Amino acid sequence: MENTSSLSFSRRSFLKTSTLAGGGMLIGFNLFNSCSPEAKVPVDLADLNYNDFNAFIKIADNGAVTIFSPNPEIGQGVKTAMPMIIAEELDVAWENVLVAQGVLDTKNYTRQVAGGSQSIRQGWDALRQTGATARQMLVNAAAAKWGVDPSECTTEEGVIKNANGETLGYGEVVKEAALLEVPENVTLKEPGDFKIIGGDITNVDIDKIVTGKPLYGMDFKREGMVYASVLRPPAFGNKLVDFDDSAVKAIPGIIDVVRFDNKIAVLAGSTWEAMRGKKALKAKWEEETKAESTEDHDRILTGLLDGNKFETMRADGNVKKAFREADQVLERTYESPFLPHNCMEPMNFFAHVTTNKIELIGPIQTPAGTANRVARKLGRNIEEVTLEMTRMGGGFGRRLYGDFVLEAAEISHLAKKPVKVVYSREDDMSAGIYRPAIKYRISAAIKDGEITGYHLKEAAINSNMYGLIPNFFPAGAISNYQVDVAKYDSNITIGAWRAPYTNFLAFSEQSFFDELADVLKKDRVQLRLDLLQNVKGTTDDRIQYSPERMEGVIKLAAEKSGWGKQSDGVYQGFSAYYCHNTHVSEVADVVIERGRPVVKKITCAVDCGIVINKLGAINQIQGGAIDGVGHAMFSNFSFKDGVPSANNFQNYRLIRMMETPKVEVHFIENELSPTGLGEPALPPAGAAVANAIFAATGQRVVKQPFIENMDLKTVKKEVIG
Amino acid sequence: MPTYNLKVNGESHTVDVAEDTPILWVLRDHLNLVGTKFGCGIGQCGACTIHLDGDATRGCLLQVSQVGDQSITTIEGLSEDGSHPVQQAWKEIDVPQCGYCQAGQMMTASSFLSKNPSPTNEEIRQAMHGNICRCASYNRIEKAVATAADKLS
Ligand code: FES
Ligand code: FES
Repeated sequence: MENTSSLSFSRRSFLKTSTLAGGGMLIGFNLFNSCSPEAKVPVDLADLNYNDFNAFIKIADNGAVTIFSPNPEIGQGVKTAMPMIIAEELDVAWENVLVAQGVLDTKNYTRQVAGGSQSIRQGWDALRQTGATARQMLVNAAAAKWGVDPSECTTEEGVIKNANGETLGYGEVVKEAALLEVPENVTLKEPGDFKIIGGDITNVDIDKIVTGKPLYGMDFKREGMVYASVLRPPAFGNKLVDFDDSAVKAIPGIIDVVRFDNKIAVLAGSTWEAMRGKKALKAKWEEETKAESTEDHDRILTGLLDGNKFETMRADGNVKKAFREADQVLERTYESPFLPHNCMEPMNFFAHVTTNKIELIGPIQTPAGTANRVARKLGRNIEEVTLEMTRMGGGFGRRLYGDFVLEAAEISHLAKKPVKVVYSREDDMSAGIYRPAIKYRISAAIKDGEITGYHLKEAAINSNMYGLIPNFFPAGAISNYQVDVAKYDSNITIGAWRAPYTNFLAFSEQSFFDELADVLKKDRVQLRLDLLQNVKGTTDDRIQYSPERMEGVIKLAAEKSGWGKQSDGVYQGFSAYYCHNTHVSEVADVVIERGRPVVKKITCAVDCGIVINKLGAINQIQGGAIDGVGHAMFSNFSFKDGVPSANNFQNYRLIRMMETPKVEVHFIENELSPTGLGEPALPPAGAAVANAIFAATGQRVVKQPFIENMDLKTVKKEVIG
Repeated sequence: MPTYNLKVNGESHTVDVAEDTPILWVLRDHLNLVGTKFGCGIGQCGACTIHLDGDATRGCLLQVSQVGDQSITTIEGLSEDGSHPVQQAWKEIDVPQCGYCQAGQMMTASSFLSKNPSPTNEEIRQAMHGNICRCASYNRIEKAVATAADKLS
């Protein structure tokens, strides 16, 4: 679109209706243009065509409603929740709504991203406006038919009623409605009148999931498609020198061997043959950049924390002075390992590159950006690229990176065949884009029983905390406050991992406040509430969290967990955190069984504004909290000479059923706009557990995973709670 | 390559594959039954769980040549229409997040319940311990197994 300029928020600019060839009405809307008041839209609305929209509602002649959900589904539930919002304002019965994943390609769809827990928060207004506008157009059409004023009409579950008690179904007026002007001002429902939002709606793909229908990228097949298993460098920093594929080619079923970039692909007619073929490859590698080890990283990151090469992300007051004048200083260093994502569905993608077309199909969190990268890499025009998303067997950030899509496209291009790249678990874990190893050092200055200074230092591999994080708690609560970051450039690839940075920062900070409470001889909950008092009424608009909402979740978690009233043998740990626009507080109940800490229960209090789908929301919170407990307790990942320490589940530990706590979820009830839930329950979990472990054993665990970094020999007690 | 006759979900199939091919890949790539999932390939995650004469078995470790005349049941054969009590319970509790592990979870649960129709919670947790759910929908899995047990009794 060349002719663009900034217009203010307008319903018209992101909505367009038309009649469908087969009958019925199609409403296109642009979820993302409508999000920000400064969104760019074409000046001449007549220029809009359906390529400018990224989501659609279809209302058929018989009144059946199909909602095409635009955003990638990675298990976070948006494919159910986003259509629920439209259906609510459209005022139809959920049973009559069919949800389909938008038919996706990069020409018709832009900015479809599953990341940062933002789909619901950013889609809320647009989805409501869209549903309400469609409803109003149907009402207007019915009113015209009856010759009454639209304001005399009401709707209920897809039926329009007038003052005389006459009724018309949506399907009966849809033809006329599609020809009407898009109304400028529509009334949205009062939250108190919601019938679908706030309910318990089952996952829209549930029937397919429980009967094993093809849904995921792994399940996708195309006539003539070959499977590719790729040999990648065994160690970070290695370069391919040469390879011998004579043994591979002798194996029946092998179709081709293709060298590309720094890798070799073995192509076969089935996944197993391709994987077996890859094992028979003999490749020679050499060190191109130095092979790195976790031992070196530990030394380097500690050196950074001890040094003075920091970038300051936020500085309030005078931290130096506060520490100089302190009666007492508390300082702790917290350490976390690299972590692989380990999506349950290993990375995979289908590509078919021909002379005039590039077709890409599979699981990806960033379809638009990835399609562009493929076009650039192959020197092709983006217009030639189409991309379809499948349901994803987990994302956790890993599928933001389209490295595996590029591989599929390149192999297809070289082999001139439709190709599906399939990672084994070993490939998936050892060619990762990991959560970086990080160390935090936190110090607090204490004077006259008050915290007068707070200094947080971050040392990380390759990349540091971003933009807004330094403005999270306790920014604003402590007058002398500083956040400094430093990084070390490594050849190990790192990236976003569920709740980037905060997944470990929350652990560090909330463990630190637990210890601070002891030093100050204050109740742990009270200390947090007292600090929040200092932020109330702040004029600092950089502050991201709301002290009132934080206070709300803290009090609710304390109440629901029976904080301070636990039974004998049960030890509790407290934690509260804000990230991804959602406030969460968690209390962990830990007991000691057979000389080991066992997490029995996590009580979560969550403020995410209006809860769209209770059933889905609880699943997200439970999953996030357990994920947080599991990785903090058990998961470890390191490097020795560039080689990962683990490559499958026999040497990488994920939490399993018998280690899983019960997670109780409580929501703050309010009518504020909804925020996301895919990430915010994870960060607070680690500290809740660590603080409970301290209560149970007197040990402060400052390094993850806990189970490998505790002194278990001194944990003597065996108390079954 | 040798041919094998397989009994899958009550139907006979003949496949022509290498003898060391795991049944997981025979089902997925050759018989188009993609409900059985690949997660690790080394027997650690349970995503590939099928029934071999009713017993929960790891499809990634079982080679096609080892099957003989034992009958295989996959998630597609648990019931086609989702009417098996375990599938019903999974829907009722809305267990899945991403859903990828759930076929394996249901196959483990259904085999377990056929042998122990009224398990304690502890027995359920032990029985399901071998199946990883990366999304950690464990609370609901536990509840769904108990719900399925109620339906069966
Ligand atoms: S794929 Fe068979 S146990 Fe993981
Ligand atoms: S639901 Fe995603 S792995 Fe279990």
